Amino acid sequence: MQDLAVLFRGSNLARLLGGLGVTLKLSLVSVALSVALGLVVGALMTLKNPVVRAFFRLWLETVRIVPQLVLLFLVYFGLAKAFNLQISGEAAAVAVFTFWGAGEMGDLVRGAITSIPVHQRESSAALGLTRGQCWRFVLLPQAARRLVPQAINLATRMIKTTSLVMLIGVVEVLKVGSQIIDAARYDAPQAAVWVYAAVFFLYFLACWPISLVAGRLEKRWS
Amino acid sequence: MDLDFIQRFAPMYARAAGLTLRIGLIGIALSLAVGVLCCLARYFRVPGLRQLAAAYIELARNTPLLVQLFFLYFGLPKVGVKLSAEACAITGLTFLGGAYMAEALRSGLEAVDRTQAESGLCIGLTTLQNLRFVILPQALATAIPAIGANAVFLIKETSVFSAVALADLMYVAKDLIGMYYKTDEALLMLTAAYLVLLLPLSIAFSWIERRLRHAGFGGAV
Repeated sequence: MQDLAVLFRGSNLARLLGGLGVTLKLSLVSVALSVALGLVVGALMTLKNPVVRAFFRLWLETVRIVPQLVLLFLVYFGLAKAFNLQISGEAAAVAVFTFWGAGEMGDLVRGAITSIPVHQRESSAALGLTRGQCWRFVLLPQAARRLVPQAINLATRMIKTTSLVMLIGVVEVLKVGSQIIDAARYDAPQAAVWVYAAVFFLYFLACWPISLVAGRLEKRWS
Repeated sequence: MDLDFIQRFAPMYARAAGLTLRIGLIGIALSLAVGVLCCLARYFRVPGLRQLAAAYIELARNTPLLVQLFFLYFGLPKVGVKLSAEACAITGLTFLGGAYMAEALRSGLEAVDRTQAESGLCIGLTTLQNLRFVILPQALATAIPAIGANAVFLIKETSVFSAVALADLMYVAKDLIGMYYKTDEALLMLTAAYLVLLLPLSIAFSWIERRLRHAGFGGAV
């Protein structure tokens, strides 16, 4: 029990929660930027121009195939070496997650728009709706219902992926956890199991409610 | 760009890519097995197991692999459970992947119209025959894209195993950067190695997806 007590010793619990705050802040910024960019990217992805299509296809395949950790290394270490450009771990993380998130979000937007059967557009034209009215009253409401649950799922994926930033030196919840373990190495050598379980639980608490909302929306709108 | 350097260390990357691929494939196979079991427990509404599977899926899907891995590798030995880095990696990947595969399979099963299963029973198929000839072929056709995406995702996720000192691609790259300060070359080879591993897989799955789309019944656009 000595080891479990490490969690509540001094300001340890507050530090862990502070670390979780860093995690959530990084995710929130990245998610917000990804959604904003993704909407534009998704709209562009529906264009038929072959050059535009090839460009976005390449972008999407890149972020799908190269692991996020590799992208983090490319930006954090690669940029520093190649262009003598020193950026903080946080900035590198936001840049990478936005690059990745905007691509994925764009594909979700594209999928949501193209999934609407073409007769919806044709019927609204037959009813005499203008193009703007057609988007506003027919296409966008249907696309949004498909998009929102998937976008929320992407957000939880991004929260989970922020755990990688400890490997490029950002002090977030997992790093704080290992600092606490190191500090208590001699008087509570078994603390690791409790501290990492706590971090596991904190991530779960952060992501689970969001996943529940996404699941519920998906069920209601399908 | 130092071509000699690339040539000298390419075999190291090849070995590491082998390890990445091996752990990834074992993890994918075990994930599929766990996913099928969870999915069946939920589909047949096995009491007890069904709730257990649901809880496991939520737990695994809402926590990052790196945290699961730290718990397995640094946490568990403190209470007497010692696993090698490789065993930790495979356990962690299966824990994460099983939940994702279960969800992919479930969405496939749910996409099969209820009338299909009922019609199967009406013409006198047994439960197993119904599953084998009517439900599974249609469910798999729907689930394959998600399963493929999961497979690529799981191989990508193996990159975090370098954090527990498993000599995978990521680890070799970090090592070379640390020892020789050849950042550009090491990162270039790292990216190239992942492309070589994952591009064929990604292309193969989109080919399979296109072929299987014809297997759908009714409601085609």
